[in-house]
Amino acid sequence: MADSPVVTVHDRPNSYIGRSVPRPNVQRLLHGRGTFTDDIKLPRMVHAAYLRSPFAHADIKSINADAAKAAPGVAGVFTGKEIAELCEPYVGVLTHLEGMRSPPQYPMAIDRARWQGEPVVAVVAETRAQAEDAVELVEVDWAELPAACDMSAALDADAPVIHEEYGNNLCWERIVDEGDVDAAFDQAAVVVEDEFTFGRHTGVTLEPRSIISSWDPSEEQLTVYMSTQGPHMLQAIFAKHFGLEEHRVRVICKDVGGAFGIKVHTYGDEIATAALTMLLKRPVKFIPDRMESFTADIHARHHTIKARMAVAGDGKILAIDFDDLTGIGPYSMYPRSSGIEINQVLNLTGGPYTIENYRARGRVVFQNKPLMCQYRAVGHPIATAMQEALVDHAAQALGMDVVEIRARNLIPDDAYPTKSVTGMLFDKLSHHAAKDKLLGMVDYAGLRADQETARESGIYRGIGFACMIEVTSPSPMFYGVGGAPISAQDGVTLRLDAKGNLIVASGVTEQGQGAEAVLSQVAATAVGVTPDKIKIITGDTEITPYGGGTWASRGTGIAGEAAAQAGHALRDQILEVAGIMLQSEPRKLDIRDNAVVDTDTGNERISLAEVGRVVYYRADTLPKDYQSELIATRHHVPKKFPFAFTNGIHCSHVEVDVDTGMVKLLNYWVVEDCGTVINPLLVEEQVRGGVIQGIGGALYEECLYSDEGQLLNGNLADYLVPMAAEMPDIEVGHVTSPNSDSELGAKGAGEGGTGGAPAAILNAVNDALLPLGARLTVNPMTPERVLRALGKTE
Amino acid sequence: MPDSIDIPPVVVTATVNGERVSRAVEPRMNLVDFLREELELTGSHIGCEHGVCGACTVRVDGTIVRGCLMLAVQADGAQVLTIEGLSESGEIADLQENFKTRNAAQCGFCTPGMLMTAAELLAENPGAGRTEIREHISGNFCRCTGYQAIVDAIEETGKNRGEK
Ligand code: FES
Ligand code: FES
Repeated sequence: MADSPVVTVHDRPNSYIGRSVPRPNVQRLLHGRGTFTDDIKLPRMVHAAYLRSPFAHADIKSINADAAKAAPGVAGVFTGKEIAELCEPYVGVLTHLEGMRSPPQYPMAIDRARWQGEPVVAVVAETRAQAEDAVELVEVDWAELPAACDMSAALDADAPVIHEEYGNNLCWERIVDEGDVDAAFDQAAVVVEDEFTFGRHTGVTLEPRSIISSWDPSEEQLTVYMSTQGPHMLQAIFAKHFGLEEHRVRVICKDVGGAFGIKVHTYGDEIATAALTMLLKRPVKFIPDRMESFTADIHARHHTIKARMAVAGDGKILAIDFDDLTGIGPYSMYPRSSGIEINQVLNLTGGPYTIENYRARGRVVFQNKPLMCQYRAVGHPIATAMQEALVDHAAQALGMDVVEIRARNLIPDDAYPTKSVTGMLFDKLSHHAAKDKLLGMVDYAGLRADQETARESGIYRGIGFACMIEVTSPSPMFYGVGGAPISAQDGVTLRLDAKGNLIVASGVTEQGQGAEAVLSQVAATAVGVTPDKIKIITGDTEITPYGGGTWASRGTGIAGEAAAQAGHALRDQILEVAGIMLQSEPRKLDIRDNAVVDTDTGNERISLAEVGRVVYYRADTLPKDYQSELIATRHHVPKKFPFAFTNGIHCSHVEVDVDTGMVKLLNYWVVEDCGTVINPLLVEEQVRGGVIQGIGGALYEECLYSDEGQLLNGNLADYLVPMAAEMPDIEVGHVTSPNSDSELGAKGAGEGGTGGAPAAILNAVNDALLPLGARLTVNPMTPERVLRALGKTE
Repeated sequence: MPDSIDIPPVVVTATVNGERVSRAVEPRMNLVDFLREELELTGSHIGCEHGVCGACTVRVDGTIVRGCLMLAVQADGAQVLTIEGLSESGEIADLQENFKTRNAAQCGFCTPGMLMTAAELLAENPGAGRTEIREHISGNFCRCTGYQAIVDAIEETGKNRGEK
């Protein structure tokens, strides 16, 4: 086929690229016929419940499980020590985060519990209710220890040391120092300084983490049904830590009820659930309840930052200097580590702007709270909010408009490829075009005028902007290079069946973001079939090509490209055999709407169903020296750039009630550039959902702890999440700078909304309060904190 | 030892999605567990088990309730409708179609409860505006969509019903 014309997916007739095609797999979800992990029942299945540590830090002196073992329906009670006998411990460090340390971790606490919520005893019974009843019968003799809960105090000389062998609670420290920061601050016309606090919050996926493990000792086969983002990663982890070959572990992921980074880690209760099926030789289901999820899921985002920015009289940013501290719980999470979040903050801050001088210190500390790790938009909300709040602060100090100061500093659109002061490589971004597009959507002058008028009647409205960059579609430089079993490549297999339908299998997973729709659109376009002819298979390590799964907004950029390449290969195969059947040169044929046609006339020559029929049932009619193939697999991994950066700009319009401290969200606009848009509907809904999740962190969500490390609001009534009544409508616009590392040109779009919203809201609130002299540098901006900033409460 | 384990099962008889069913269950079993575990109607979901998220919303004797806050025994003699029955009846086919077109379901975990809640509003007041729609669904948590698409889909359905 060397002489066939090169046809990219963009030139194909009847292209589905760029069309708002509804998701093919949504029907079952709309009819209550989805299959979430908790919907599955296996023969002889039993249910696990975990006794969890009630203390942040305590020694386990003894465990008496006699009564629990005798309770109705109980099939077994196991301690951390018994589970550990089956399972190799794991260590959550990445070797490229130099100097990071974290001790071996076991699925359940053995002699000492190090956070409130750590699993301590597993109880398995006929029903979940029986298992929970029996948990209450387990007696643990605890000796409470002094705890290091407050992350800022965790490095104090008198703080309790969580891992004695380390001498202190420091997990990792990184320092970046580029250019001449001190000289830049000396030359500055203005220097602005702020201290930021970002609250610890969590993911609250509506479907909790869910797992059913099933061990067949006759074949030494472990099958795990799991609500997860990374089936192959989990396969590798289960295999490694239970001493099995990978092909003896099958991970099946059916429908996933939201994930956002919560379901891509190694949780002790899940590893223990796999151990339980090996001990009992029966399938074991474990579904945490909501209260458990609050202390057993990863938490995210808690940072305190001292930051300053040096700015010249013309508004040019001369330097940024900051010191960031984050507390990650008693261990670094395995296998992604809990260092990536702060690493992102150090890498990304200031990223949209031309900045030459940059100094940052990041410290990651151990503390007696739940583990903290990567959650949607990892590090971005922190980096963006800090950077954008400093930019607004500088504009204020200079008496300059907040849009103008950004325009003067954003990297010019014709400067690419280029790199940031921290060494981030940018292929092609579009900050100015995005800003201009946004200003075409927002009546900025009108909003300013309205702001003036409203103030006269004591109504305080604010406008906040946020420019940002987003890491998507990472290469192996993200995790693989650090030694983690996390694949940066992904594969797609396309197979034409005997009726001319296309079966597509991929290693990425669907969790509602629309991965299956995107794969279907790309495959349909590349091969030349209609989407109704396509069946997508994801979420099964036994039948999908090896891949990393769904995280860091990689599905479209990576698996999408693999689908395009597999589509080209399958199309070539089809045209080759069709050429033989039709006695025509393959290059004069094309595939359109499920049929092989003459390229020039578009006239149908033979349907794909007929091609399939002949190939599979009547190969005797094909030449004896010819063997047809109707299946192709292609993989893709980013090669030119470590990350496919995207950019975006947000604008938030709010009204702050200065008597109650309530923030009302009036309007919200976003322009994003995620390269080639495969499905505008899905991209826009990713942006909207992402913004709302970011608003959660900005205004409502925080895991509140007592000094002793007790979670005070671990339920959905007390932990506030964004609900429909308070949320604004969001207008979304696009600019397109294709990814030059792939034919498709797509980048990711899953996290920018969450990464930018806290910054835009923070700036909008501060803009509203400006005439009152109040300034907030904390998330979430609860009414109480707003009133405190206004001096209206203690 | 919690008392409930020793309490004998109670027979619950109800009409679920038009079918008469009878099961002997523990008195403490809530309605959504009854539907999911006993009847294997897994379309109703469990998101919090404490009455906040709305994922377990079902219709009992014509009114929506939280399946995690009602005991199965309280549904004895009642007419219960779940998302499975509501779908098969065709009552919300237009709403489901608009959810699909507007991408108002992402992961779909909140969706059955959301549809149940929206169906009630559409039956009472198909002309409801965006603010009313937002208020009406404000007891249903959705982590994925940001709600706008859901509001759009409900609004569109109401408009079309009004025109008919
Ligand atoms: S599960 Fe019933 S309201 Fe959340
Ligand atoms: S679509 Fe995922 S929770 Fe609503």
